[in-house]
Order: sequence, then C-alpha cells, then structure tokens
Amino acid sequence: MTAVSAAPAMELDRELAQLLLRTMLLVRRFEEKAAELYSEGRIRGFLHLAIGEEATAVGAIRGLTPEDNIVSTYREHGHALARGIAPGPIMAELCGKANGVSRGRGGSMHLFEVGHRFFGGFAIVAAGLPVAVGLALADRLRGRKAITACFFGDGAVAEGEFHESLNLAALWKLPVLFLCENNYYAMGTALARHQSQTDISRKADGYGIPGVAVDGMDVLAVEAATRSAAAAMREGGGPRLLELRTYRFRAHSMYDPELYRSKEEVAAWKQRDPISLFRQRALAAGALTEAELASLEGEVQAEVDRAVAFAEAGELEPVADLLKDVHTPPTS
Amino acid sequence: MKITYREAIRAALREALAGDERVFLLGEDVGCYGGAYAASHGLLEEFGPERVRDTPLSESAFVGAGVGAALGAMRPIVEVMTVNFSLLALDQIVNNAATIRHMSGGQCSVPLVVRMATGAGRQVAAQHSHSLEGWFAHIPGITVAAPATVTDARYMLSAGLHNPDPVFLFEHATLYSEEGELDEKAAPVDLARAAVRRPGRDITLITYGGSLGKTLKAAETLAGEGIEAEVIDLRVLRPLDEAALLASVARTHRAVVIDEAWRTGSFAAEVSARLMEKAFFDLDAPVGRVCSAEVPIPYPKHLEDAALPQTPTIVAAVQELLKRKPESPS
Repeated sequence: MTAVSAAPAMELDRELAQLLLRTMLLVRRFEEKAAELYSEGRIRGFLHLAIGEEATAVGAIRGLTPEDNIVSTYREHGHALARGIAPGPIMAELCGKANGVSRGRGGSMHLFEVGHRFFGGFAIVAAGLPVAVGLALADRLRGRKAITACFFGDGAVAEGEFHESLNLAALWKLPVLFLCENNYYAMGTALARHQSQTDISRKADGYGIPGVAVDGMDVLAVEAATRSAAAAMREGGGPRLLELRTYRFRAHSMYDPELYRSKEEVAAWKQRDPISLFRQRALAAGALTEAELASLEGEVQAEVDRAVAFAEAGELEPVADLLKDVHTPPTS
Repeated sequence: MKITYREAIRAALREALAGDERVFLLGEDVGCYGGAYAASHGLLEEFGPERVRDTPLSESAFVGAGVGAALGAMRPIVEVMTVNFSLLALDQIVNNAATIRHMSGGQCSVPLVVRMATGAGRQVAAQHSHSLEGWFAHIPGITVAAPATVTDARYMLSAGLHNPDPVFLFEHATLYSEEGELDEKAAPVDLARAAVRRPGRDITLITYGGSLGKTLKAAETLAGEGIEAEVIDLRVLRPLDEAALLASVARTHRAVVIDEAWRTGSFAAEVSARLMEKAFFDLDAPVGRVCSAEVPIPYPKHLEDAALPQTPTIVAAVQELLKRKPESPS
C-alpha cells in the first residue's frame, strides 16, 4: 500500500484548531438533526449522511480558496457547510422548501450555491468529474487562476467517467483536484469486491499525475495535503488525485440492514472518529480548553437550531412555478 | 448563392469562433483531422488548438466538460461525431445538461451547443445508422433541432449559441455534400418554428432533417397526379411548433408523418398524437406514418433502402390515405 500521508508535526494554531473543530461539529450535529427530521418525515427521499467523514470535507475545503470551484456528490451536506454556505438554506433544501439553496427543487442530493462556487450536488456516481474538468477548462481559457476541487467516492473509481476525466484533465494539464473520499464501500460493495487495485491513489499513475493517499480521519492531514496539492496546481501544475481514506459510520442512505459489513468493523473505525481524534489532540496541545469546547458545542447546537427554524419558516414553492426554470427566461 | 451543407456548417463555426471569444470547439477529430465530416476543416489552423480542441474518444468526459465549461461562463460547441456515439454520453446529456437549471432552482444555465451527425443511408450498417433525435426530444430542458436545408445549417448554430440552455443540432449524415441555395436574408433563424417548404391544399406531409428531400420529391410526384401536398419541415423537435401543424391540417384535413426513426415510440408517434388530441375534428382520415422498418439497419444497399422511408413509399402512403373515406353508417 502507498504510504499514508499524515499531518506534519507542528504547533497547533489555536484559531485554526477551533475553526476546524467547530466546522466538523457543525457538520456532525447538522446531519444528526437531519436524521431526526427524516425520522419525523420532514425530510423525505434519499438522505445520505457523511457522519464519520467530516474530516475529509472540512480539511479539504479549508485547503481551498473562495475563488476555487467545488463539484460534489449526493453525500455533500458536509462539503456545503464547510464551504461556508449558510446552514439554514441547506436545511431548507433538505426539507424541500423554497428558501432552500436550490429553491427546494433538488433536495439533499442537489445542493447548488453558485455564489460560493459550489456547482452541485451530482447524484449519478462519477457524473460530476467531467463537469469539473469543464469548469477547470473554462478557467484556463478565461485566464482565471482558480482550481476545481471534485469530490467523489470509491465507487466512482469503477466508472468510465472517472478514467475519462483523469485522462482528459491530465492530457490538458487542467487544475482539477480529484478528491476521492474512500469510505471503503460502493453502497454495499466492499472496495476489495469492486476494485482490482484497491490502492486508489495508484490509479493516478496510469495518467502520469501525482496521487497521494491521506488519512481521511485526520483533519490536519487532509488540510495539509489539499493545501499542498492546490499550491502546486496554482503554479500551473496539472491535476492531482488525493485518496482520502475515511469511513461512513451510518447506513448508505437512511436505512439499510448493513449486511455487507460487520459491527466489529464499524466499531473499530469509530475508534478513529475524526472529531474525537481531533478534539483530544487539540486539548492535549493546549489549543483548546474544556470550557472552550463546551462553548463551541453550544454555538454549533444553536446554529443547527436556527437552521431548522429557518427551514420550518420556509414556504413551499407554489405549484404554479412548477415549470419555471426548465429553460432560462428570455429576459435573464 | 449555392453552397454545400458542409460549407454552411463550416461558415457557421468560423463565424461563431471569430465573433465571440467565449466560443470554442471540442470533440473527436475536430482539429487535425478537420472533422469526421470535414465540417471543421481549416479551423484549427485559423483559431489554434486552445479553441479547436481534439479530444480523446471519451464522449462522456468531453460532453461533460462542455457542460462544465458552460457553467464556467464559456460557450462550448461540442461535436459528437455521430448520434451513435452520443449513447456513451447520455449520462451527461440527460442527467446533467438537461437538469441543472431547474434542479438548481434557476441558479445556473448551461449554454452548451452539441452538434452530431444522425441517420442512415450510407451503407454503414446497424451501429452507425441510428436516428435517435426523437429520444433527445423526449427530454425537457434542452432544445432539439435538425437543420434540413443549407440555410438552417448556416444559421441554426448561431441561434443555438444565443440560447442560454443546451441546444442539440442533428445533422443528417447524407446531407453534408448536398448543395442548396443559401438564403442570406433568412438570418437570424429561430429555434422555435416549423417551416412550410412547399404549400399544398390536399394533404400535409410532416417531416424533418434527412427525410425532407425525399418528402419534397414525393410531393412533386404527387403533383403530377393532381395531388397538392403541403410539406412541413419541423426544423425543431423540441419545442414542437404545434400551431404550424394544426394550421396546416385545418386546411388539408389529412396528414402523413415521415420520420427515419423506427415507428415504435418514434417522434412521428408524438406528432400523430398531438394531431389526434388537437385536430381530431379537422381530420378526414387517420394520420399516416412512414418510418423505418423495425430492424437494425442492414449494410447491403437493397436492404438498407428497403428499411428506410423512400420517395415511393411516401407517395404510396399518401395515395393510400387519400383513398380512405369514413365508412357510411349502416
């Protein structure tokens, strides 16, 4: 296996530590609340939670700038929150309300927020990768210095679109940062049961681009790897692949019988809960006190409560608007 | 001025590239090779490899890259060599290009133009002879057009680039070398209305794309028998110009739809259903259809000819329809 990149030993910056922890907590509490709302029937359809995977979203996005583009998947609440999109409109989107980020049209799987250069929410596995290549191509042609970060899971690696996109981005030396959140399962099919080469970072070799495996449970490692890859790409380097090794603690969508993995395996991964790990580290390094931690928890809980209130206050889009925006109105 | 369909498309591409720096062309063999149908011949030399981009054989990736570049404020023109290969990019077309505007609550448009060759008639056998534009016309969120004349070939591209949403242009593969009179006064053309290509009072022949020529020839033959057929070129399959069809049928009271796709689930079926819904009481006979035989298109010429709509089969369908009269009540 490829050596897994760990965070460089360094002093833990208080401000950064608190920001990372706070954002990971926000993602966790937000999704726990979403699960509750789902059980109450206030969120319907598919709801894919990333509980356990907070470090990949928060670390990677912290390594980007606001000018960079983000293309994501159907398990993207964490990416959207880490990007700084307001929790209220995200929760409203999950509830199908007109004050949601996508006006309630897309729901959990299709968060779009163009103001934050958050270009979706793609729910067909690997379908976002070609779009990311196109965004990077547009930037190249327009002379924008930004990079495009594209999240996808290990399941996507089996799709042709993954290989076509890596090849095209490498061929044209486009600044696409391919971020594979490897949670070891393509829905219910274990990595070793769907990949002949389970070391995903090595897939980059076939396209002549750098590929690095990162401990996706270590937010600092993810942040450092992303920042370093992004910096190299901003200097005109072509695409890169980061394999962020992580684990989904809950079902693929809201409920599944989890016949495909053992309780022992899940329990073992929970020992590496990215939030617990980072909390301990921050406390040990003196970057955070117990009192500050309690205060962060309180703030985050209040923020989630406000998001729910925002969603609840939202209206449903009038049925009269059903056909609106199938096409762009002539005036715009 | 007479020009070929190929020259019309090339002129349209050149004008688009020269007129808007956001426009660029990408697809298989559009550059060094000059385009599989030579539509982009010379453009690489004129505009350079950044704007005339040869792609790998990765239909999904380069159509998807077109979607992404459109989201990124460019105006890509994607050439998918033929509709047969577009099947490898359907995910990007159906799941992404067509949905993003509505699904994002109107936040982003996808100003993408995709051109591709379609149709049979060149003895290239079952896997290179599809007419699947009717499938695309099924999908809300995109515009589907089929230039049948050199004038539409010349000007529809510009109309597509001015459309803020995805536009698919289907160019029948038998048309590229056809010569026609370019009507420069027709520009700019719309992507909304059907055109009456030959007026007539006795029956309406509704067609598009590669079948227009055959249908016009059939109308000429019929005129020799004293039957004045009106020929409508749909031009655009989505949105369908229903009003033009209804207006014509209100005058002629009969209609035959000519469509090179297979009959089952065809666009001809959609046209026929619209007439049944909206023109039932104007009709003196059931709507007729001339479509391809329900068979993978065969290679040998005699079998391919037999599989596709041809001028004599169109003439025969019209003659048959004109014989039909409502049965007298017994």
